Amino acid sequence: MTLFSNIILSHSKIDFLFLWSLRALALSAGGLLLLVIVFLFHESWPYLTQIGLANVFTDHGWFPTEQSYQLTPMISGTILAACGSIFLAAPLGILSALFCHFYAPPFLSYWYRRMIELLAGIPSVVFGFWGLVVLVPVIAAWHPPGPSLLAGILILTLMILPTIMLIAHASIRQLPTIYIQSATALGLSQWATIWHIVLPTSRIGLLTGIFLGLARALGETMAILMVCGNVVQHPSHIFDPIRTLTANIALEMAYAVDHHRSVLFISGLLLMGLVIAFVSLAEILRYKTTYALTQ
Amino acid sequence: MRLLSKTIRETGATLLVWGTATSITIPFLWLIGDLLWHGWPQLSLNFVLALPHNAGREGGIGPILVSTGLIVSVCMVVALPIGLGTALFLSEYTRNNHMYGRLIRGSLDVLAGVPSIVFGLFGNAFFCQTLGLGFSILSGGLTLACMVLPILIRTVEESFRAISQDQRLSAAALGISKRATILLILFPAAIPGLLVGCILGLGRAMAETAALIFTSGYVDRMPESLMDSGRALSIHIYDLAMNVAGGNPNAYTTALVLVGLLLTINLFASWIADKWTTLNQLPT
Amino acid sequence: MRSFTHGILLSRLLLIWAFLVLGIYVLPSTANATTQKLVLSGSSTMAPLLLEIGKRFEATHPETRIDVQTGGSSRGIADTINGLADIGMVSRALNPQEQHLHGSAVAHDGIGIILHASNPIQELTNTQIQSIYTGRINNWQQIGGREATITVVNKAQGRSTLDLFLHYFQLSNRDIRAHVIIGDNEQGIKTVSGNPHAIGYVSIGTAQYDASHGLPIRLLPLHKVPASIESVRTGNFPLSRPLTLVTKSQPTELTKTFIDFAQSAEVHDLIFKHYFVPFQD
Repeated sequence: MTLFSNIILSHSKIDFLFLWSLRALALSAGGLLLLVIVFLFHESWPYLTQIGLANVFTDHGWFPTEQSYQLTPMISGTILAACGSIFLAAPLGILSALFCHFYAPPFLSYWYRRMIELLAGIPSVVFGFWGLVVLVPVIAAWHPPGPSLLAGILILTLMILPTIMLIAHASIRQLPTIYIQSATALGLSQWATIWHIVLPTSRIGLLTGIFLGLARALGETMAILMVCGNVVQHPSHIFDPIRTLTANIALEMAYAVDHHRSVLFISGLLLMGLVIAFVSLAEILRYKTTYALTQ
Repeated sequence: MRLLSKTIRETGATLLVWGTATSITIPFLWLIGDLLWHGWPQLSLNFVLALPHNAGREGGIGPILVSTGLIVSVCMVVALPIGLGTALFLSEYTRNNHMYGRLIRGSLDVLAGVPSIVFGLFGNAFFCQTLGLGFSILSGGLTLACMVLPILIRTVEESFRAISQDQRLSAAALGISKRATILLILFPAAIPGLLVGCILGLGRAMAETAALIFTSGYVDRMPESLMDSGRALSIHIYDLAMNVAGGNPNAYTTALVLVGLLLTINLFASWIADKWTTLNQLPT
Repeated sequence: MRSFTHGILLSRLLLIWAFLVLGIYVLPSTANATTQKLVLSGSSTMAPLLLEIGKRFEATHPETRIDVQTGGSSRGIADTINGLADIGMVSRALNPQEQHLHGSAVAHDGIGIILHASNPIQELTNTQIQSIYTGRINNWQQIGGREATITVVNKAQGRSTLDLFLHYFQLSNRDIRAHVIIGDNEQGIKTVSGNPHAIGYVSIGTAQYDASHGLPIRLLPLHKVPASIESVRTGNFPLSRPLTLVTKSQPTELTKTFIDFAQSAEVHDLIFKHYFVPFQD
C-alpha cells in the first residue's frame, strides 16, 4: 500500500531508523530460509563430499551400524503413504466441499464445515495416538501384524482431508453465481451442473488443495511414526509395515553421529526439496487463478 | 430411457456425496468420543496441577503444562517483533512487484511448507549445538518461532492490508509522518488481526511435536530456568503412548487437555475475527 | 478512538506478560549461578534407575540438578563425545574403539525373551529363536503353539540390547525379518503386552519390574536358565551385561561425586527396586 515512490515523506532521522529497523527485521525473516538450507547442507556436507550422494541410492540396505545407508526403502515408503492418502483424501475432500456447498441444508453445512475445521486443528500426535490404540488393533485383528502402510494411509487421509476440503470449498464459493444460475436456467440437473461447470471451472483451486495436502502428507512425522511399524523395507502389500523418511529422522536422529547424522540431514534436504516442489506448484496455480479471475 | 439414466445418475451422486459426509463424520466422532470416553474420568484439577509419577503412568501434568507454556511464550516473544516488523515492512513499505518484497514473500511461502521435522533438524544443529543452548526450553521455543513466523507474517500482513486506504490518505493529508501513521493509526486498527495471527501461531506451536523432540527434550520435571530441558504436552502424549506400558489412560487425558486447549484457542480466534468484521461494518 | 486506546492497552499488556513470564525464569537462572547441572543421556534401560539415583543425589546435594535424557546407548556415547551430556549411560561394556572414554559400571542386567502372558509356549530353544527372528518359523503352530502368525519385535539400531542379542544368537541384522521395530524397552513391553502373538526381547530388569506391576508379559528361560535377576546375580544367565556410566575424560568434581554415589551402597536399594544387580568388583 505504498502511495509515493519515495517511501518516506518526512525526512527525520527517526523515520529512517524506523524504516531501516523494519528492513532488518524483514531481512532476518527472509534470511531464515537461507539459514535453514545452509545448516542442512553444512551438516550433510561430510557425507556428500566423502562418499557422495549416489550411495544413498545404491548401498545395500539401511544398516547405520555397518555404515550402509540406503534411503530408497524410506523414499518408497514416504511416496506410497503420501500418494495412497491423496488418492483417498482428494475425492473425499472434494465431495465434502460439494456436500457443504450444494447438498447440505444450511444448518448442516455450517456444522459440517465447523467439524472439518476442528479436524484441521487436532495435533498430529493425537491422530497418531488414536491410530495406535484404535485403528492398529482393528487392522491387526483383520490381517496381522497391524502397524502397516494401510494404517498410515488411513490416518494421513484424515489429516490432509481438511486442507483439501477447505481450499476446494473456498474456490467453489468464489465461482461467479451467474454460472450456476445460468446452468439452472438451462435446465441442467444438479450433478450435471457440478460435473460440467463447477468442477472444470474450479479445477485450479482443487489442484492447489491437492498439492498442499500432498506436501503435508510428505512432511508428516508423528502420526506416521506411531502407526507404521517402522520396519525398513519396500512393502510388498498394504499390510506390510513401512518406515518413512520423516519417521527415520525422528527415530534415529537422537543417537546418530558422523556419516549417519549426515545421511539423516540429507534425507531432510530431500524431503524439503520434495515439499518445496509441491508448495511452489500450488503457489503458481494460485497466482494463475487470481490472474484468471481478475481478467 | 435417457431420463431414467439421468435420474439414476442424480440419485447416485446424491447418495455418494451424503455417503462421503457420513464416512468422514464417523471417524471424527469416534476420535472425539474415544478421547472423551477414556480421558474424561481421570480429568480433575489435581491431574492438571500434580507432578507426574512413575514415568507418567500416575500423577498429573503440572510441570508439563508449565514447560509447554514457557516454550510457547519464548516462541511468541521472539516471533512477534520479527513477524510484526516484517509484516509492516511488506504491507507499508513495499510495492507488490518490488524485488526485495517479492523475495522475502517467496522465501516465507517456502518456509511455510517445510516439514516440522526438518525444523527439528535445523534447531538441533543450530540452536542446540552451534549456539550451545543444549536441550532446553529456549532451543525449543526458538525452533518453534522459526516455524510459526510464516503464518504469523501472512495473517498480520493481511490485516494491515485490510485497513482502508482512506486512513493512510487522511493521515498524509493532515501531515502526519508515516511512522506516526503506522504507530498511532494503522497499528491500533490492525490489533484484532494481529491477535488472530498470534493465536493461530500459538495453536500451531502448541500442537507441534516433531520439532521439539530434538530441541526441548524429554525431562518431565518442573523447569527452573529457560535453560532447563522441558517436556511439552504433545511429547508427553507421544512418550506415554509409545514408550510407557500402562500409560494409555494418562495419555488419553493429556490428549483431551491438549485438544481442549487448542479448541479454546481456535474458538477465541474466530470470535475475535467475527467481532472485528462486525465492528468494521459499523458506521463510525 | 476507542480502538486506539484499546490497542495501546493491549500491546502494553502483551509486553508486560512477556517480560513477566521470561523474567521469572531468567532471573533465578542468573541469580543461582552456583547451581550445578549434570546432564545424563543414553540407554533407556538405565534411564529410570538413574532418574531415581539423581533424585536421591539432589536431596543430599542441594545446588545440583540431574537431568536424564534417553535415546539409546549410542546416543549416550555420541552426546558424551560432543559435549551435549556430562555422563553417558551405556548398557554394555565399552568396545575397543571406545577405550578413550572412561567407563564405570554401576550394575548388572540381563536380556530376556518376552511373550504375552496368554501365550502357551513355555520354552524356546536357541535354534527356534533364531528361526523365528530370521522368518523361517512364522506361525506359533510350527513350534506347538496356537495357530497364529508370529509378530516379531526387534530393537532399533544403535541400541545395545540389539547388539548383544545379535551377538549371542549369532545373527546379522540383515537376516532379521521383523514386523515392528521398537526403541525403548518400555515400548517393546507395550507392544508385546498389547499383542498376544508377539515375541520380543528386553532388559530383564525392566521386564520384571513391569511384570510385577501387573502387565501381561512373561519372561522365557534362556538355555534352560530362568530369566530372572537371581540368575544374573549368580552369573549363570548367558545374556548379561554391565550397565556403565561413561565420561569423556577422567571424572572430576561433581561428575566424580555423582559416579561415586551411583556406585556406593547408598543406592543398592534403588538398584534392587529396578531389578538390577549392584556391581561389585
